[in-house]
Amino acid sequence: MLSQFIHDPIQLTAAQALVAGGLALIMMVIAAWYGIHLEKEIVIALLRGLVQIVAVGSVLLLIFDGPIALGFLILAGMMLLAAKTAEKRAGDLPGAFRVAFWGIFIGAGSVIILMVLAGVIDTKLTALIPIGSMIVANSMNSVGLALDRFESEIKSHVGHIETALALGAEPKTAVRPYTQAAIKAGLIPRIDSLRSLGIVWIPGVMTGMLLGGSQPLQAALYQFVIMAVILTISGLASLVSALLMAGQIFTPADQLALGRGDS
Amino acid sequence: MISMRESSSPPPKLRTENLTRVVSEKVIVDGVTMDVLTGEVMMVVGPSGSGKSSLLRLINRLDEPTAGTVYLDGRDYRELPPLELRRRVGMMMQMAYLFPGTVADNIRFGPRQRGVELPDETIERLLARVGLAGFSDRDVARLSGGEAQRVALARVLANEPEVILLDEPTSALDQDAKDAVENLLQEIIREECLTCIWVTHDLQQAARMADRVGVMEAGRLIRTGTPEEALHA
Repeated sequence: MLSQFIHDPIQLTAAQALVAGGLALIMMVIAAWYGIHLEKEIVIALLRGLVQIVAVGSVLLLIFDGPIALGFLILAGMMLLAAKTAEKRAGDLPGAFRVAFWGIFIGAGSVIILMVLAGVIDTKLTALIPIGSMIVANSMNSVGLALDRFESEIKSHVGHIETALALGAEPKTAVRPYTQAAIKAGLIPRIDSLRSLGIVWIPGVMTGMLLGGSQPLQAALYQFVIMAVILTISGLASLVSALLMAGQIFTPADQLALGRGDS
Repeated sequence: MISMRESSSPPPKLRTENLTRVVSEKVIVDGVTMDVLTGEVMMVVGPSGSGKSSLLRLINRLDEPTAGTVYLDGRDYRELPPLELRRRVGMMMQMAYLFPGTVADNIRFGPRQRGVELPDETIERLLARVGLAGFSDRDVARLSGGEAQRVALARVLANEPEVILLDEPTSALDQDAKDAVENLLQEIIREECLTCIWVTHDLQQAARMADRVGVMEAGRLIRTGTPEEALHA
């Protein structure tokens, strides 16, 4: 309907963005009516998201033919910001930024490099940056989920962990069930996404390729490639961050340094 | 600060020396010095928040002292690897905190940490010792509170500790289970000649079980002696 009134493609997309943002605000009002007050967070997230993505679009326009090193530099910057975001999900966990960064760097970074070397991701910055950022964002989500779960598991099992320590267990053994739960928490949403791929949803890459005129079969297969990569990086990122964090919450004398106060 | 033994007494199994813990400028345990002899049952009493449980945690090194230390057989416990210390100084908490799985899984846990796999006969013997013969394959989720605490005791005993720390082990139980577990603990501590520090808020229990009693208040050990001396001062 909008396209009947607006013919300039940039103006048309801006109008579509306005409609999408308006819908999010309606959802916010409904949530507030139900007592869920996230108005500030939603408005800030919408504005941040808009500014950031427009900025990235502008940057891509400028560096269209830039060297691949520039692409990696930009992705490294994204990883730092992603670690900062994932850190917020970690609650009281100590050293969460460092742990989140290594989780994202090892999970996403190693896979991006491998995929570039294997030729699965094009070295053109217009392909490397959007696909790389998608991989970084997914590893960020997985790390955030894993750390969030790890913190709640530790806090609700302090007695069991200290009992294990008091029986002579090493810290990594004492927290193993909770580390495993955290890794699963980071991985399960990706498994579910892969399971429902094509049946419940057709994700962005395929949609974009179809809109760009690609063959449906080619678009579908490439979407599977991306989803399989996301599953891999989510597993790696959750594993690295949960294992690193498991080592962070104990003192050198194998005492649990989280989740209890003296009384 | 009270020293509990004259210099002519035999060397203590365990000695806390000026043991202190401060958290966020709040003194939780304040300069506790005490000796506990081999095979002795030392009951520590005091009101809630007096630092009794914190004292036990320091002795097991689940928390780090801000000052002072603990000597086990005359050796500063900071020289011992924490895992070895905790094997030698067993601890039973107010709650059983059993790990998911069977009773046998729980009893095997401690020895397994140092590469020892307990044979079925040893597990059966330990279970019989705590009055739970035949419970080996029972899922811990199906145990009563008293049974769970017995399993927790068998799990500690499986590590063959030299000292046992008991943090109100009967306070979460109903009266019948409490009496049964208390009698069992008394029997085992005496038979195994375990050195024991037992924290309780129950003064009658302290009087029944103690060789000596220490009274704590606001983190300090303010009085020690025989049950008569300490509890009726």
